[in-house]
Amino acid sequence: MPKDNGIGAATTRREDIRFLTGEGQYTDDINLTGQAHAVFARSDVANGVIKSIDTTAAMDMPGVLAVFTGEDFTEVGGNPAGWLINSRDGEPMKEPKRPVLAHGKVRHVGDAYAAVIAETKQQARDAVEALEVEIEELPAVIDMASAIGGGELVHDEIETNVCFDWGWIEDNRAATDEAIKNAPHVTTLELVNNRLVPNAMEPRASTADYNPGTDEYTLYTTSQNPHLTRLLISAFVLGIPENKLRVVAPDVGGGFGSKIYHYGEEALVLAAAKKLKRPVKWTASRTEAFLTDAHGRDHVTKIELACEKDGTFIAFRTETMANVGAYLSNFSTATPTFLHGTLMAGNYTVPNVYVNVKAVFTNTAPVDAYRGAGRPEATYSIERVIDMAARELGMDPIELRRKNFIKPDQYPFASAAGLEYDSGNYDAQMDKLEAMIDRDGFAARRAESEKNGKLRGLGVNAYIEACGIAPSNLVGVLGSRVGLYDAATVRVNATGNLSVMVGAHSHGQGHETAFPQVVADMLGIEAESIDIVHGDTAKIPFGMGTYGSRSLAVCGSAVVRATEKIIAKAKKIAAHMLEASDGDIELKDGQFSVAGTDKSVSFGEVALKAYIPHQFPIEDIEPGLEETAFYDPANFTYPSGAYACEVEVDPQTGKVTVDRFAAADDFGNIINPMIVTGQVHGGLAQGIGQALVENTTYDENGQLLSASYMDYCMPRADDLPFYQVDHSDGTPCTHNPLGVKGCGEAGAIGSPPTIINAVVDALQSGGHDVAHVDMPLTPSRVWTAMQG
Amino acid sequence: MAQVSMTVNGKTVSGEVEGRTLLAEFLREGLNLTGTHIGCDTSQCGACVVHVNGEAVKSCTMFAMEADGADVGTIEGQANADGSLNVIQQAFQDHHGLQCGFCTPGMVMSAAALLKENPKPSEAEVRTYLEGNICRCTGYHNIVKAIMAASGQDVSAIAAE
Amino acid sequence: MYEFEMTRPTTIADAAKALGDEDAQALGGGQTLIPTLKQRLAMPSALVSLGAIPEMKGVCMSDAGEVCVGGATPHAVVAAEATAYPGLAGLAAHIGDPAVRNRGTVGGSLANNDPSACYPAAALASGATIVTNTREIAADDYFQGMFSTALEDGEIITEVRFPVPEVSHYEKFVQPASRFALVGVMVAKFADGVRVAVTGASEDGVYRWTEAEAALSASFSADALADLAVSGDGMISDLHGSGDYRAHLVKVMTGRAVAKAA
Repeated sequence: MPKDNGIGAATTRREDIRFLTGEGQYTDDINLTGQAHAVFARSDVANGVIKSIDTTAAMDMPGVLAVFTGEDFTEVGGNPAGWLINSRDGEPMKEPKRPVLAHGKVRHVGDAYAAVIAETKQQARDAVEALEVEIEELPAVIDMASAIGGGELVHDEIETNVCFDWGWIEDNRAATDEAIKNAPHVTTLELVNNRLVPNAMEPRASTADYNPGTDEYTLYTTSQNPHLTRLLISAFVLGIPENKLRVVAPDVGGGFGSKIYHYGEEALVLAAAKKLKRPVKWTASRTEAFLTDAHGRDHVTKIELACEKDGTFIAFRTETMANVGAYLSNFSTATPTFLHGTLMAGNYTVPNVYVNVKAVFTNTAPVDAYRGAGRPEATYSIERVIDMAARELGMDPIELRRKNFIKPDQYPFASAAGLEYDSGNYDAQMDKLEAMIDRDGFAARRAESEKNGKLRGLGVNAYIEACGIAPSNLVGVLGSRVGLYDAATVRVNATGNLSVMVGAHSHGQGHETAFPQVVADMLGIEAESIDIVHGDTAKIPFGMGTYGSRSLAVCGSAVVRATEKIIAKAKKIAAHMLEASDGDIELKDGQFSVAGTDKSVSFGEVALKAYIPHQFPIEDIEPGLEETAFYDPANFTYPSGAYACEVEVDPQTGKVTVDRFAAADDFGNIINPMIVTGQVHGGLAQGIGQALVENTTYDENGQLLSASYMDYCMPRADDLPFYQVDHSDGTPCTHNPLGVKGCGEAGAIGSPPTIINAVVDALQSGGHDVAHVDMPLTPSRVWTAMQG
Repeated sequence: MAQVSMTVNGKTVSGEVEGRTLLAEFLREGLNLTGTHIGCDTSQCGACVVHVNGEAVKSCTMFAMEADGADVGTIEGQANADGSLNVIQQAFQDHHGLQCGFCTPGMVMSAAALLKENPKPSEAEVRTYLEGNICRCTGYHNIVKAIMAASGQDVSAIAAE
Repeated sequence: MYEFEMTRPTTIADAAKALGDEDAQALGGGQTLIPTLKQRLAMPSALVSLGAIPEMKGVCMSDAGEVCVGGATPHAVVAAEATAYPGLAGLAAHIGDPAVRNRGTVGGSLANNDPSACYPAAALASGATIVTNTREIAADDYFQGMFSTALEDGEIITEVRFPVPEVSHYEKFVQPASRFALVGVMVAKFADGVRVAVTGASEDGVYRWTEAEAALSASFSADALADLAVSGDGMISDLHGSGDYRAHLVKVMTGRAVAKAA
């Protein structure tokens, strides 16, 4: 077996060649003959009644082909929520309709109420300005507390702004309340988990094509999961039969959650392509991305940690308001609940956990899963309150965590928040981390910083997350409206090369390189002879796509299962060719041999035989060598880790500089360590970005103040250090065939509390009585906090 | 409409443009050189960086007419004559300096401009120079490392796989 | 963008003539104007590019010892060539990012007078002369509040003449997102006194901090600022920082500029 491209090899990425030479093909790079262009008319008020839209003048503008308004979509469905949450009282959540184009009311700045299709983009934009629109502005509901408190209604028909009021686990509530009441020490922290804009560098884009001869549609779109998008459009929104709709997600320039969801623009271009019988293209500007991509986070939380005097944890109790924005996006109800509340026991043996989450409608852009999705919010709350408790108790923050860690001999461990952790070793990660950051040298570095007029702080953090959300049977009981398996088809071609069709979608994760490593390792052949096919519903089996760090754990497992079927069948063919019993056939280094003999045939010879089945036992074995597997995991996977960083604070300006950052992660087994490290790096930058610079700010009227890179700060190269990353010696996942856990979100989950803990440490070292500062820790906020 | 002509990646090209046609639009739509990407409206993300007369510029913040007669270099012209990756491109692959690939053309073009003016930049100099190029995937670690490696510096001490 | 005609004159005279048309607008490096046009916040009927006029480009020394910068000279050229005035070269070297510095021009920056731009601080602290196609304007008379200058419609900045101080430094604290100056302070020490210009902070745009000038003229050290107070009244207050924060930074940045002045 050529180990240099099998499991565990840091194989460089084959997809890089096209990206490095400008040959990548992203949605906006695709131009279809005869295409027209769509431009949307978007609300400039956060809440308003659409009194009238007169399209006459716009239709008369040069190049205009069609104008659509909400009226055109009243007969079709809405974009649905993918997860039903029931409130504590048993009532189902409120699900107001989310139409293709706003109808009756606009509900956030950027809400599209019309679209113009014209020969050119500029003509369409000119015509949008010619629409005669009367929108009566209403007071906007922006702040969650006022939205709950009886402000203006975002959706009149549901008579409340509270989508649901969820308790987890409701049966634990009384015991948790009692434990906190009687606890010797309770630390209480109120915090804000700041709203973020995912900001994939490629803005969303969709181009639709319609073939009147066959009544078939093709949608090229920036999606992390083309099959899910097709299902939503087909089953819920436009009703186009799935066998008439092909969804293609070509090269996609990052997603981070924001491209999981179906958006109205996709439905609009499809409808327009059919009406005009020509392709219709739309590409978002960055401003549109800010106004309409699903945002992330936006929780306001009160968390209490009850503990014994010696630091033994007794209970966590959390009350959270989670902003869902003006409409429910596809996973927006799952994110603050089952991806957040279930993680509220952290890495700890705490016996009592209770979480209350109120999801709140406001006149802002929809909020949904963004890198980490719920787990960053959980980790931030837990790890901030632990750090605060350590200070109050006068304990070392690492020792306090270690004291309460689940120990390696306790797995499988049933957490007080209802999950069963399968494996982990949190002390081992913390050991590694302490060495990585040279904790012993910290005092000297702090002294050196102080000599230079700076304050230095050390922050630590431990996290656990849940990836590869599953199994379908369980999530169905919990309210999921989709299955959470994935699928793969392994097609061995006649001359021995392979096409592997996967449900996962790669938009930076390197699947085209990593998945072949798995198959090559199993078959003992060169990875270069294996190609991954993804992103096209016409080519791939029905899989759920890529999000939640699930690709390898779920889809990779499907690849393994399908490859196992290939091996089983190939062994039968080889047995026939070698005139042996298939039980005696061994596969090694791409050769099928009869155990204990020197008789063998190569993998390529078996493949050829499968497709040219002369002298073939046709009555026992079908020709061909192609297998499909659907894999539905038995449990989540549970990546975990320990992070630390050192920051310097300039007390004169409040500016925070990250001097060093170390991440010790447990991702189980590793397929390609180079790619895994890259995933951690990216997650860290997004988490550090959340902690220090990124913030989404609406004013009281619902205007988005941070609607461009002039005001929404994206972390730059000079904001960040080189990171130390170690994910060696992980504890394998016990329930998937690769023993892998997922690595895509860890960095974004573990880093925000690490940074805040470090900054608080720095400020306290300078004599500032600052217990907490809300993210992002911009210079202005830190300086203001230091003023007392 | 006006006629413009320029040299792009060594070839003379011409086309009809409006006054408002951006250089990035002319490259992408007029010449089908879609490797130059557009990621923002405010001249900050740098996905559109190309070389005009040897200097890095943001092609989404320059009109095509202003490039009339100029020598323009884009990502499509960066590979070696035999089609193999040039030193910077190869370093990006070797050091995993890209993920989704969308910012990559701009990064490579900026890196080339940096190394032309500063053949052995320090880590801090690379980071500072990339102020106008935003990447959302990599956290910059491997981009900085790749550029330093492309300059011939030993990067083996920089943590990574 | 709305449609417009674009012309690229090669002489100042032709440019001035083209700008005589109503609704015609000058295009410098375009690094601010083009994003503005994309947002459809401006609607010129014609753009007159100043980028093809050789007589408006370059850096030289005048007989009076001033550093003279052509109005269409990009920041990168000033950074590289204004070696006689290190404070100015250093300022130019940190405007925007490298690609922006290859396009953005001194004339464009001064004509726009963005309250967070760097060049206005250089011009005001240097006591520069803004030379146009019709006259010469002293920097003290030129800046008239944010986005407002003494320029008449169609008037072109052809050159800026910067007297060279004994020592100087521009210290910028960046707004984290845009990388414009949240507060930027240029300190220039001349034989006859110190000039201090502040950008980014005031609702009135760039201004001279005269109290600091007096204190530093008496004693050119950061300590000389110790007793000065800066009020947050009239300072810009936005999501990146309050007026009080900006006021605080004015003093901190001034002190740092003095300490680094060379």
